[in-house]
Amino acid sequence: MSVLTEKVMTRDWGKPGQPTLKGYKERGGYQQLKRVLDTLQPAQVTDEVKKSNLRGRGGAGFPTGLKWSFVPPLEKNNKPRYLAINADESEPGTAKDRYILELDPHLLLEGIAIACYALGAHACYIYSRGEFKFPSSVLDAAIAEAYADGVFGKKLMGKDFELNVYQVRGAGAYICGEETALLESLEGKKGWPRLKPPFPAVVGLFGCPTVVNNVETIASLPRIFEKGADWFSKLGAAKSGGTRLVTLSGSVLKPGTYEVSMDTSMRELIFDKEYGGGLPEGRSVKAVIPGGSSAPVLTADELEVKLEFDAFKPLHSMAGSGGVIVIDDATCIVRSIWRVARFYAEESCGQCTPCREGQPWMARLIRKIEEGRGELADLDTLMNVAQAIAPWPPIGLGNTICALGDAGALPVQSFVQKFRKEFEDHITRKGCPYGDKPWGAYGEFK
Amino acid sequence: MGEPFYDPAAMSEPLFTAEEQQRFDAGIAELLTHYPTDRKSAAMLPALRHLQSIKGWCPPEGMKQVAEKLETTVAHCYEVATFYVMFHTEKPGKYVIDVCTNLSCSLRGAEGLLGYLEQKLNTHAGTNGEKVFLRETECLASCGTAPCLQINEDHHENLTREKVDRLLEKLT
Repeated sequence: MSVLTEKVMTRDWGKPGQPTLKGYKERGGYQQLKRVLDTLQPAQVTDEVKKSNLRGRGGAGFPTGLKWSFVPPLEKNNKPRYLAINADESEPGTAKDRYILELDPHLLLEGIAIACYALGAHACYIYSRGEFKFPSSVLDAAIAEAYADGVFGKKLMGKDFELNVYQVRGAGAYICGEETALLESLEGKKGWPRLKPPFPAVVGLFGCPTVVNNVETIASLPRIFEKGADWFSKLGAAKSGGTRLVTLSGSVLKPGTYEVSMDTSMRELIFDKEYGGGLPEGRSVKAVIPGGSSAPVLTADELEVKLEFDAFKPLHSMAGSGGVIVIDDATCIVRSIWRVARFYAEESCGQCTPCREGQPWMARLIRKIEEGRGELADLDTLMNVAQAIAPWPPIGLGNTICALGDAGALPVQSFVQKFRKEFEDHITRKGCPYGDKPWGAYGEFK
Repeated sequence: MGEPFYDPAAMSEPLFTAEEQQRFDAGIAELLTHYPTDRKSAAMLPALRHLQSIKGWCPPEGMKQVAEKLETTVAHCYEVATFYVMFHTEKPGKYVIDVCTNLSCSLRGAEGLLGYLEQKLNTHAGTNGEKVFLRETECLASCGTAPCLQINEDHHENLTREKVDRLLEKLT
């Protein structure tokens, strides 16, 4: 059994006054920023982040230090630099960044200040989910405190470095979690992703070099500078430093958000008493979505996988945003993937034809099968439509500008391949085998 | 879209009271300080949110004023307002109830929750009524605390019939 030797991100969650500046400072808050400003050059900060093996927690798992190093030097490009924080947490199954905003907002703000210093960015926009009324209010209060205390403003903690931090709230569009759509949205437009290259590090917000990082990623920085890049790197797996926040949902006894060590297995997360505590009496795992609903599904035979970024590749899936959804053996697989397909159909931004037309088409076909109106040929059509959006096995990027195409098409293909018999059962029986109770152990609203 | 976007009759009525106008102007002026001076239109999302916080929705005349202040076109306002589901381009019911029916919530009873609300409120999801606008919405990051809903953006989670009954009692 792998245990979490020490809490990193959740260390101070729930402690008295932690969301306030006073409470945060009582536990050593903003001392790492001070030390970084006093003792390190910006380039040294980036080097430390590289050494820590910190990887992006938003979904792609891209090395953070490397991302920063793509920002061109001032001699080559003297436009302003920006940091944009992706707090548009909306990947189904994921609820982690929300808790950082609610329970430890200054940890994020200290991380932002460290990152901006390293990048030479004098403005940071935090793009938060439009639906996050409460988390946003906590963050706004924290930002105001940081200004009043002289952390932000004309002089970053007294140093001759201006830093302004603004929160911008989204307005209900999943696509704005994609980094270039997020930038479009920050520029006041509808969230249509941009073609890459150029990458945001070179041409980002307002045409200027911009780094877009996830909340959890940036909130890791104060810990890295408190305990050292080596410490952070060793906590994790070979090429991924630190611990991870995962959200466990669905058919488990103790759903919730947990901090886990990267060598925890999926089985441990679901069954260990510290975490999910297993399934209710008499139920077993049928399927697990391991990294938010865009991650291809795993079967009950694939639970030994470690919760580490690189471990999911051989299974053609991904660690993604850490949203683990457990589906028990009394749940209808077709109904489950219909909910997922319907989501991508709804959230496709409409820019690329394969995604705009394909996602709703897939959702309609799955609905048709679920309702017992399907034919065997529909399964082939379903797979053809999915293939046209993004081929299986995954090759990195399908036939659309952004990854939303893949996010909708790959799960559908994984469900049909791994649970084909259940789709066929719906077709031959002309109805859902689960009748009016498709949602398993906890599906009834009480 | 029921009404044409440009309704001359609607446009001729004053949109704001004097106090509202002042609040609107001050809010937009503050928002514009967050952006480079040559990028006023970047304030579009916060500006529309501000308009909606005053009027309860984004009426055409309001979007016209947003366009003027942000030095952009009304079409741009309308494009953005219709792209994002949280902006109302038609006046919504007094209570907008958003119920998550995505996978994590459905595994914890969300379809039943929606049915329960439809029955109690005597409406169907997607129907905008004078008092209540009940909608299915997407994942609200309550996956570990499902099922959940929002009433006028106030978040409620770990819902049971009992909790929902209490919430509904407060809707007057």
